[in-house]
Amino acid sequence: MDRGLHVLLLTTLAVAAALPASVLAQVAGESSALPSQQPQVVEPAVQRRDVEPAGIDTENFEVGAFIGTISIEDFGSSLLYGARAAYHFTEDLFAEATIGSSEAGRTSYEDLSGAAELLTDSERRFTYYDLALGWNVLPGEVFLGGKRAMPSAVYVTLGAGSTNFAGDDHFTVALGAGLRVLANDWVAVHFDVRNHMFDSDLLGESKLTQNLQVNLGVTAFF
Amino acid sequence: MNRVTVRSLLACCFALLGAGHGAAALAARAPPAKVVVQDPFVDLRSGPGRGFPATFSVERSASIELLRQRTDWIKVRTEGGREGWVHRSQLERTLTPGGAPVQVAGPKPEARTEHRWEVGLATGDFGGANVVAVNGAYALTPHLHVRADVQHLLGDYSNGWLGTAGIAHIFAPEWRVSPFIGIGGGVLSISPKATLVQAEDRTDSVAYAGIGVRGFLTNRFLLAGEYRSYVVFTSRDENEEIDEWTVGFTYFF
Repeated sequence: MDRGLHVLLLTTLAVAAALPASVLAQVAGESSALPSQQPQVVEPAVQRRDVEPAGIDTENFEVGAFIGTISIEDFGSSLLYGARAAYHFTEDLFAEATIGSSEAGRTSYEDLSGAAELLTDSERRFTYYDLALGWNVLPGEVFLGGKRAMPSAVYVTLGAGSTNFAGDDHFTVALGAGLRVLANDWVAVHFDVRNHMFDSDLLGESKLTQNLQVNLGVTAFF
Repeated sequence: MNRVTVRSLLACCFALLGAGHGAAALAARAPPAKVVVQDPFVDLRSGPGRGFPATFSVERSASIELLRQRTDWIKVRTEGGREGWVHRSQLERTLTPGGAPVQVAGPKPEARTEHRWEVGLATGDFGGANVVAVNGAYALTPHLHVRADVQHLLGDYSNGWLGTAGIAHIFAPEWRVSPFIGIGGGVLSISPKATLVQAEDRTDSVAYAGIGVRGFLTNRFLLAGEYRSYVVFTSRDENEEIDEWTVGFTYFF
């Protein structure tokens, strides 16, 4: 009796344990069999095109040339020409590198005394480079006639660089302001004013010289 | 010379200069990509800036062509032929015809720690001489950068050039302001000014250790200040020690 009860109990337990698993398996089998019995009506025919507009032309670089005049302190005003490259970080900020070259004239002293030349010809060459941070402080539009509106910006720049003049390199701080007008999507016209300031002891005592530049330039965005 | 020629010339020049950014895209111009507007509407502005007036609106489900990008603004053309500038943030909520979200080049908030290249300009003082510096860095990890600097030194009595390479450790690149340290070495070349008594040009090796702070002004633009202590390995009996302070800005790509 005791033994028979034991067997019965074990059998019941075994059946109870096995039943849910087999039932579940059967149900699962039926449900998974269902879709395969029905024919698929619509084949998904979507072709995913990977059109990532990474191909959009990003035009944050700007390069160009300028021509103008520079007033070299004590040496009169001279023709100036140079090149300019910029990278626009945001609609407000840009970095700018410029190089420029000019030929200094004669001082009043040289003209009046008629003799002593202060500088040799090669020493009269005035070349500079300048690395600057610019800020488009007044963005806006310029209207030409009644039909054309061109995006524009008045900007200020603060830069540091070096000026080679009178046979020497001088550390130069350049403050500038300019107006940029976009003639079309990728060509800009610049009007710039810039002051190159550096220490010079050329005429005896050391002094801070102010060398003002005014120029017109054309640049292309790419 | 037509526009395409000028542009390919510019692209060639630029590729030659080694900058490469965007030059490949220029050389092989794909037809403009089309996207479908998902926002209730998208404003077209007359220029690439937040202050320009909105001159036209495109409604949801309309298709627009993407023409060009300048900083965060993209010039688009509607099916009706109207053109205008749309901000990146609005375009990122549009879809390509395949249904994928549009990826527009530009900084993401997580870019602080995910960028690779940095370029910066700086100015300062190197043992009494003025400094004009250009630097570049490559991020091996967000914390560890390989860095190179070229500095033009302009002093009262001598001028020179300093080129260095080194590594920098950024303590917390994800923070708005983070300190960093760096070590490296390089070459210092000094030329005394012509007006002084005859002194020879000299070129020496240098090593430096530096400490600095950098902070984000916008997503990709940061200001940095650094102090470096240089040891110049001179040919004389004693090595020379020079302190340098610089401030500048850095942009990352």
